Amino acid sequence: MKLQIDAVAARHPAASQTASPALRGLSLQVLPGEQVAVIGPSGAGKTTLLQVLACALPPTAGSLLLDDANPWALPRADLQRLRGRLFLAPQVPPLPPRQRVVTAVLAGRLPALGTWASLRSLFYPGDIPAAHAALARFDLADKLFDRVDRLSGGERQRVGLARALLAPATLWLVDEPLSALDPSRARQAIATLVQGAAAQRITLVCTLHQVEVALAQFPRVIGLRDGALAFDLPAAQVSPELLARLYDQHEDELHGPAPGALDTAAATPPAPAVMHCR
Amino acid sequence: MSTTLAPPRHDPAWSGRLFWLLAALLLLWPLVVATEFKPWTLLAPANLKVTGQFLATFLPPAHSAEFLGMVARETWRTVAIATAGMVLALLLAIPLALLAVRVLSVSALSGRMALRSAWLRQLVRWLLIGLRSVPELVWALVFVRVVGLGPTAGVLAIALTYGGMLGKVYAEILESGDAHATETLLRNGSSRLQALFYGLLPQNAGELTSYTVYRWECAIRSSVVLGFVGAGGLGQQMDNSMKMFNGAEVFTMLAVFVALVALADQVSAGLRKALG
Repeated sequence: MKLQIDAVAARHPAASQTASPALRGLSLQVLPGEQVAVIGPSGAGKTTLLQVLACALPPTAGSLLLDDANPWALPRADLQRLRGRLFLAPQVPPLPPRQRVVTAVLAGRLPALGTWASLRSLFYPGDIPAAHAALARFDLADKLFDRVDRLSGGERQRVGLARALLAPATLWLVDEPLSALDPSRARQAIATLVQGAAAQRITLVCTLHQVEVALAQFPRVIGLRDGALAFDLPAAQVSPELLARLYDQHEDELHGPAPGALDTAAATPPAPAVMHCR
Repeated sequence: MSTTLAPPRHDPAWSGRLFWLLAALLLLWPLVVATEFKPWTLLAPANLKVTGQFLATFLPPAHSAEFLGMVARETWRTVAIATAGMVLALLLAIPLALLAVRVLSVSALSGRMALRSAWLRQLVRWLLIGLRSVPELVWALVFVRVVGLGPTAGVLAIALTYGGMLGKVYAEILESGDAHATETLLRNGSSRLQALFYGLLPQNAGELTSYTVYRWECAIRSSVVLGFVGAGGLGQQMDNSMKMFNGAEVFTMLAVFVALVALADQVSAGLRKALG
């Protein structure tokens, strides 16, 4: 999918009207099949950018074009169909605790399934081999029939990414896919995403806190700071000076570990259902 | 920050708290007067004697084979009224709850909900209010006129009132849970029903189950009350025994109620454990 935004400003709906917008006049073009990493200090607007690109958040100013068409001009049903052609992976894996991993992964297929087929897949998983193959690429094949709440934080994050491999999408928008992974798992996960996107000519936009991963795995790197473009360069041209300027006064994020401590401990038991006395 | 302030002498929230406490007491007084709340009449010697006589007839509980057989049949009928009423109520409540719940709105994903959807949701909420604001006892009195004495009136009465209650509370349970999974599914192009089955239901299954079983327990209790107005079941028999001042029979039937409620409790605990 081809992406184009021009002078886009956006603000989270929950933010107050007086707060400065998370994106300020951002312009960007991404061609079909291109792979782009978005880096920048916390609060730079990386997540907001992904939400604007995913048609989750309408821009307050400027224009958004997906495949040369403005999604917000579409009728609601068409917009929802368009959303089925892109895949937004939030930073916190969106998995209900009681669901089984196989169901959670196959949920990526939903936009391509009718209501009846998706109900039948709840009764008996529709494509076990595909779910198994997607999990195997993230080293989770043995968790296929486990419940999500039995997984560690890092495993959940990888299950959330495995869902992308099944989505009928031509655009992947992935938010901080490595925040709960240790370095070797992180390398494996990002390599799987990059290869998976390349194999199917999927456009990949990925926000990252790990600058060295972004520079090593992505041909094009975008630096974002205070909701505006700091640089948009091939990875080889991103110099240490540019990075130092991008992370000025946020040096700990440039050198230190990713925020959001590693979570590989055993999963906590599920919270008991609260009894309502109504 | 160099000047040291004297430690505060009073809690600034104190006067407000005292005011509301006194205001509540003042408001309570007319309520007590209006309800003729005089608990000491319970302890008047004449009343004590009547109470004592009635309670004394409780023991030994009625246990003739004929009576126990009748109680078993009527208990079965009571459970059947409650269960049939609940099933009809669920048929009413589930679609209404799904129409009322905000989390499944596609237009509300990005800013404000579309006007037409917002109005539809509001209309459904009003319908639910209407259904549950008429007590099941009143519905039962209406239906006894329409379909005659018997369990059908009880089933219909429970179905309407409980449909309204279940619909409202289901919608609230579905809205109070974590919406992240549902929202992400909708944002990735799933339909509303798909988001319901793959996100919203697994997220809230435990609460929905325990609330449904609790309501089934309430339906058993209320089918007893409905029996008093002629809707059949154990309640109707209890009404007869009460009118005859037959404490032994009343006691046996009360014991059956306790057993039924305890059973519902066990079922709820078991289901919640199975769901984890």
